[in-house]
Amino acid sequence: MTMDVRRTIEALWRMEAPRLIATLARQIGDVGVAEDLASEAFVAALEQWPAEGIPPRPGAWLMATARHKAIDRARREEAGRRKAALIAVEAQPYTPDVADDLPDPISDDVLTLIFIACHPILPREARVALTLRLIGGLSTDEIARAFLVPSATLGQRISRAKRTLSEAQVPFEPPGADTLPARVGAVLEVVYLIFNEGYSASSGDGWVRRDLAQEAMRLGRVLAGLLPTEPEVFGLLALMELHASRFATRAEPDGTPVLLDSQERSRWDRILIAHGLSMLDRAAKLGRPLGPYAIQAAIAAHHSRARTFAETDWAGVVALYDALAQVAPSPIVDLNRAVALLYADGPEAALVAIDAIRDDKRLARYHLLGAVRADILIRLGRVAEAAEELEHAADLAPTRHERQLLRRRMADALAGKAADTAH
Amino acid sequence: MRVLVMTKGAGANEEKGTPTAEMFEQMRVYNEQLVNAGIMLGGEGLQPSAKGAQVVFTETGTSVVDGPFAESKELIAGYWIWEVRSLEEAVEWAKRCPYDPRYGADQVLEIRPFYEMADFDATLVAASVDDGSPAPREDG
Repeated sequence: MTMDVRRTIEALWRMEAPRLIATLARQIGDVGVAEDLASEAFVAALEQWPAEGIPPRPGAWLMATARHKAIDRARREEAGRRKAALIAVEAQPYTPDVADDLPDPISDDVLTLIFIACHPILPREARVALTLRLIGGLSTDEIARAFLVPSATLGQRISRAKRTLSEAQVPFEPPGADTLPARVGAVLEVVYLIFNEGYSASSGDGWVRRDLAQEAMRLGRVLAGLLPTEPEVFGLLALMELHASRFATRAEPDGTPVLLDSQERSRWDRILIAHGLSMLDRAAKLGRPLGPYAIQAAIAAHHSRARTFAETDWAGVVALYDALAQVAPSPIVDLNRAVALLYADGPEAALVAIDAIRDDKRLARYHLLGAVRADILIRLGRVAEAAEELEHAADLAPTRHERQLLRRRMADALAGKAADTAH
Repeated sequence: MRVLVMTKGAGANEEKGTPTAEMFEQMRVYNEQLVNAGIMLGGEGLQPSAKGAQVVFTETGTSVVDGPFAESKELIAGYWIWEVRSLEEAVEWAKRCPYDPRYGADQVLEIRPFYEMADFDATLVAASVDDGSPAPREDG
């Protein structure tokens, strides 16, 4: 079987695009123009390589071609600020060498490109699209398909983002030490948004969207190489990998969710778990206090390590939720902590914890509040109250499958009550 | 897609000498590139087949054969597990692997995709096996 030339070119593009765009952006000073030039080089490759064969050093070929396109542009454009920059490119003779084919072990340009794609002056959805385009090497069509928006809409989103960066004259340089933590946070947020888009697969083609989760994990691994002293980079990567390790067991074939206590643990992805746990270890070894991603990963790790649901170190999970509530307080964290308390200390402690947040307005429409409270009440033998909670939770549940699951649990609870009274 | 990439050489070349520091360095750089590209999930080098054994099943019974397996044409010397976006991407990465003819003229990197849940979708859904797709959320 011969390799499909088009798919090979696409693979090479994805391997080379970030470095190509980043290098051009540094030289030209404009990410948008750099991306246009790189895309033109890619189109030239699609035109020429099928007939002429793939050059021995595809990265060098793409770079040389992009530079020629830059010079052509400079000649076409009469004047303007771009011209000076492009002439500067022309003045630097380009000599491809062997290393051109292989990404640098640490590429500062690519890191800078990631920071700019996730720049705070851009709206969130533009950061996501630009990151997938510039770093992921995804086409506009692919991104549009994954996010279920028309290709034209996504194209506009990307053009507008590039224009915003250009007009604001965002320099092609890494953030300074003072803004670095916030900028790293912005990058991690984008990666996590991409992951969750794929992980939750809220609609559309599940397979296309699972590719998004894969791409987010790949971005996370790239970042781990580029920012090896940031614990949260490893924390987020571990979190994504440990959650993704359970992909296969999260739902029945008809889409009914399978909760953690019923998942078939032998089918969890051991390779991802091993990698995720080692990344969490890297985060911890940096010896700084763990941030929200790493703490959540540590919670996920407790589940990954437990051979059965019953063997989970619930006291350890509760302690981590306490830590998480310190660094990233939220009623959802408190709710999850109540669940862990149910298994660690029993239903009485859990009820106290959940009743403390029961009137939080932010949870008023959140179906899992009632679902969790019902679990606690069932353990306390207060079945009628539990059934009421489950009924209310089912009304609030966002999907048909979740509604069915909650109604089934309500029926089970009531049946359990009948059994109890028969005793 | 997840692929297993096996480095293979002829059994006769297995003892051709210890790799030089230069070769180690080239492999270290290559491994680092795989890690930095975000595709590396794991991998290990394997000791020579002299340290291994084969369990052979035949109609007449089960036997154990000690290494080395010098007559073998393709002996696995190590493996990686990569998460790539296509077989073509895996091939392009494999082509960049350092090669040194001093360790045998014929070295092969064999790339084999793992079965994924989508592959089972078609074949095993009838047997009501979980297709592994994430829980869809829909309104309605």
